[in-house]
Amino acid sequence: MKLDAKIPSGPLAEKWDKYIAESKLVNPTNKRKYQVVVVGSGLAGGSAAATLAELGYKVKCLTFHDSPRRAHSIAAQGGINAAKNYQNDGDSVYRLFYDTVKGGDFRSREANVYRLAQVSANIIDQCAAQGVPFAREYGGGLANRSFGGAQVSRTFYARGQTGQQLLLGAYSALSRQIGLGTVEMLNHTEMLDLVVVDGHAKGIITRNLITGTIERHAADAVVLATGGYGNVFNLSTYARNSNATAVWRAYKRGACFANPCYTQIHPTCIPVSGDYQSKLTLMSESLRNDGRIWVPKKVGDKRAPGDIPEEERDYYLERKYPSFGNLAPRDISSRAAKQVCDEGRGVGETGLGVYLDFSDAINRLGESVIRERYGNLFDIYKEITDENAYEVPMRIYPAVHYTMGGLWVDYSLMSNLPGLFVLGEANFSDHGANRLGASALMQGLADGYFVLPNTINNYLADQLGNCPSTDHSAFDEVEKDVQDITSRLLNNKGKRSVGSFHKELGNIMWTYCGMGRTKEGLEKALELIPQLREEYWKDVNVPGEEGELNQSLEKAGRVADFMELGELMCRDALTREESCGGHFREEHQTAEGEALRNDAEFASVFAWEHQGDGNEPVLNKELLEYEDIKMATRNYK
Amino acid sequence: MKVKIKVWRQKDQESKGGFKIYDSPELNPNMSFLEMLDVVNEYLTDQGEEPIAFDHDCREGICGTCSLVIDGKPHGPHQGVATCQTYMRSFQDGDVITVEPFRAEPFPVIKDLVVNRKPFDKIMQAGGFVTVRTGSAPDANAIPISKEVADTAMDAAACIGCGACVAACKNASAMLFVAAKASQLNSLPQGQAEKDDRVINMVAAMDEAGFGNCTNQYECSAVCPKLITHDFISQLNRDFVAATVRKSFKSKPSTAKV
Ligand SMILES: Cc1cc2nc3c(=O)[nH]c(=O)nc-3n(C[C@H](O)[C@H](O)[C@H](O)COP(=O)(O)OP(=O)(O)OC[C@H]3O[C@@H](n4cnc5c(N)ncnc54)[C@H](O)[C@@H]3O)c2cc1C
Ligand code: SF4
Ligand code: FES
Repeated sequence: MKLDAKIPSGPLAEKWDKYIAESKLVNPTNKRKYQVVVVGSGLAGGSAAATLAELGYKVKCLTFHDSPRRAHSIAAQGGINAAKNYQNDGDSVYRLFYDTVKGGDFRSREANVYRLAQVSANIIDQCAAQGVPFAREYGGGLANRSFGGAQVSRTFYARGQTGQQLLLGAYSALSRQIGLGTVEMLNHTEMLDLVVVDGHAKGIITRNLITGTIERHAADAVVLATGGYGNVFNLSTYARNSNATAVWRAYKRGACFANPCYTQIHPTCIPVSGDYQSKLTLMSESLRNDGRIWVPKKVGDKRAPGDIPEEERDYYLERKYPSFGNLAPRDISSRAAKQVCDEGRGVGETGLGVYLDFSDAINRLGESVIRERYGNLFDIYKEITDENAYEVPMRIYPAVHYTMGGLWVDYSLMSNLPGLFVLGEANFSDHGANRLGASALMQGLADGYFVLPNTINNYLADQLGNCPSTDHSAFDEVEKDVQDITSRLLNNKGKRSVGSFHKELGNIMWTYCGMGRTKEGLEKALELIPQLREEYWKDVNVPGEEGELNQSLEKAGRVADFMELGELMCRDALTREESCGGHFREEHQTAEGEALRNDAEFASVFAWEHQGDGNEPVLNKELLEYEDIKMATRNYK
Repeated sequence: MKVKIKVWRQKDQESKGGFKIYDSPELNPNMSFLEMLDVVNEYLTDQGEEPIAFDHDCREGICGTCSLVIDGKPHGPHQGVATCQTYMRSFQDGDVITVEPFRAEPFPVIKDLVVNRKPFDKIMQAGGFVTVRTGSAPDANAIPISKEVADTAMDAAACIGCGACVAACKNASAMLFVAAKASQLNSLPQGQAEKDDRVINMVAAMDEAGFGNCTNQYECSAVCPKLITHDFISQLNRDFVAATVRKSFKSKPSTAKV
């Protein structure tokens, strides 16, 4: 398949204006004749649903959560980037664009990233107007902090709860539309498949999670804003219920899956403590503004941190990357942590941890300032570990946090399946092989408030009257497939719980497709995962019934999809014979242990196309052409 | 450690529920309360019994999905944390722990420990917003907001919409929830234009959804995982009175012919 990103011609800085100027429009009185189904009510889906409804489209928005306000976006702590240059420290649209492309290790699409940087400033205006209580300086202006991969302060925040506040802003806009009757909101409703009619995405099949009823929804366009798929790894910083089902089933209906192996492992999370553990908790990257990361210089040094004198500590990020220091990008910081732990210098009971130490900052600024900045994070740390980080350094270790890969989309955020739009973390478009901190919130809201509302019209303009009836045979077929999976799971009556399979899959993924990947390891995983999947369908035990709230059944469907997606991730990682950003192939590294890209062969997006169960997917490539930026080896020294 | 849990089981909204007692398998005191339930559920599944349905998602105290009344207290024994942030080290080996759903008329039980909190959404739809068309906002720094005001708004905005305040109140009042949202928006310059409509409409939606009256017992703020202060309730009452008064003096639409 030839993938056409449909990037407007002309200078980078003018592409977006040109796109808008040349785009087809939908007449205001016709807008209400179009039914748009938005799946997901996180930052991306919530902002899109609210804005499309405000424009006059008939919108149906659905979420598996009990309320749109509970989407995983709520958990984002640190902040959101925008090229406002309120700090007068040399920021600009170009610099945000450049930092993001460089941060993504030159594996993102230039034109998309530039647009993201352009609309970033509007996001902050929009959210402030909604009453999002951003942090302020004493003069009443907005405050900023620094995040990894940047040398300017462009991150806006609301204490340690930025995602919560931005989501509640989008939720308030969405709520207003629901109240006005322009959005039909379906909570507790899970999309289980996509309906394609004559090559266009024209509907979805859902399950009502309370009653178990399978329902059909026809649409002129379907928007997926269903978040990331990091829970493939079982343990991650994601909310427990985040899953890949919507994007995966869309993939199986023909949408290409791009760069599935690009996973972000976040350097600052609370280390794993036991086998029972259900999730890993992030300690926001913003902590690296004031915390210093170190391990003992000596291998196996088991002394308490306070007993290790200054000269026997290795502040390895400051040592290796003097100009970015503790604010080196995530992929680099995570790998550096893994390296020192692999050398036997890790701390804590398991040896899988490094110190994040605030004593310098507390001495310099006083405990009250640190409390003001990060109080809630210190509280979370205390609850989980029972340790007081004002007194002893935090222990942290990398954990799965974000997926840069996702469904392939063109410049208008439409997938190769016409009529299917993909927003937020669910698409692949803006972060290349590594996302910079505070850029996911920016992207989700950019997509939902500003991009999709200006691109969907270009598709819909030609589609008036094409919304199928739910009696169309395509709905019959897809609904039957959904029913079949459900009955198969419930009637299997095997011996093993869904959770035990998820754990096993997660271990395989973390071991072979985690922070360090090798050819042998990935090949091994590609043997193990199909075996595990086979065992799953033989031996999984899903209790309960269909026509009721059945959390085991929900989980079972999601884990079934993870098992297939995990395999594709390993295949992608194996095929990408280079290291870039979060994808580190141990065979491809510099003498200093840094990622070694191979631009001649791999400066492209890998977009996988499903060929039916049991067949190998086809690999399509979209070449990444850089017109404005010269590709270079990333240097954070 | 091991504990016994005395759990509310209820098949669906229509069925009558009742308590059942289960022995936990061996537990680690560093497990969270929800991880304990995970372990019990794995065990029940293996025994051929249906696992206990309970709500959860972020498991870090921010999404407001988890609920549960633990030994009579919404969100368990500790102040200022949600159920998901409660750890087994807060209990003793051999304890019998009672686990119930949030109980309140407007929050019917869906199954076991899961309740329906949709009425909260309804209240938000009635007025929990600032009307601002996407793309029409002025520069964010055009309206300076003192740090003090921004901090107060943030204190109120920290509410996670969990509903513990309702579950703790003998009248099932939602005043703390409503007050938190209204106070956030009412204290900011951006929220002034719709302030009166906001409080009147939100309070009306709250009454309509069947939440009871606030009789100033403040059980709500005592269990609130975000320690939202009941001072916001006083603020809401003041705003409500002022709005009602202002509304009654609003000039009628002009009938003059033009
Ligand atoms: C702990 C943590 C902290 C973070 N901190 C930051 C930060 O400081 N800054 C930053 O920029 N980014 C941060 N991120 C990343 C960022 O939060 C996410 O990438 C972003 O919020 C994703 O938004 P979204 O709208 O794409 O998806 P989500 O918020 O995940 O929303 C997905 C929506 O889709 C719905 N859904 C999914 N599947 C289905 C289905 N099959 N049927 C029906 N509905 C479905 C869900 O119910 C939900 O409403 C953080 C992430 C984590 C894990
Ligand atoms: S006020 Fe507190 S208890 Fe009530 S919903 Fe909000 S966070 Fe929960
Ligand atoms: S599970 Fe999210 S607040 Fe408890």
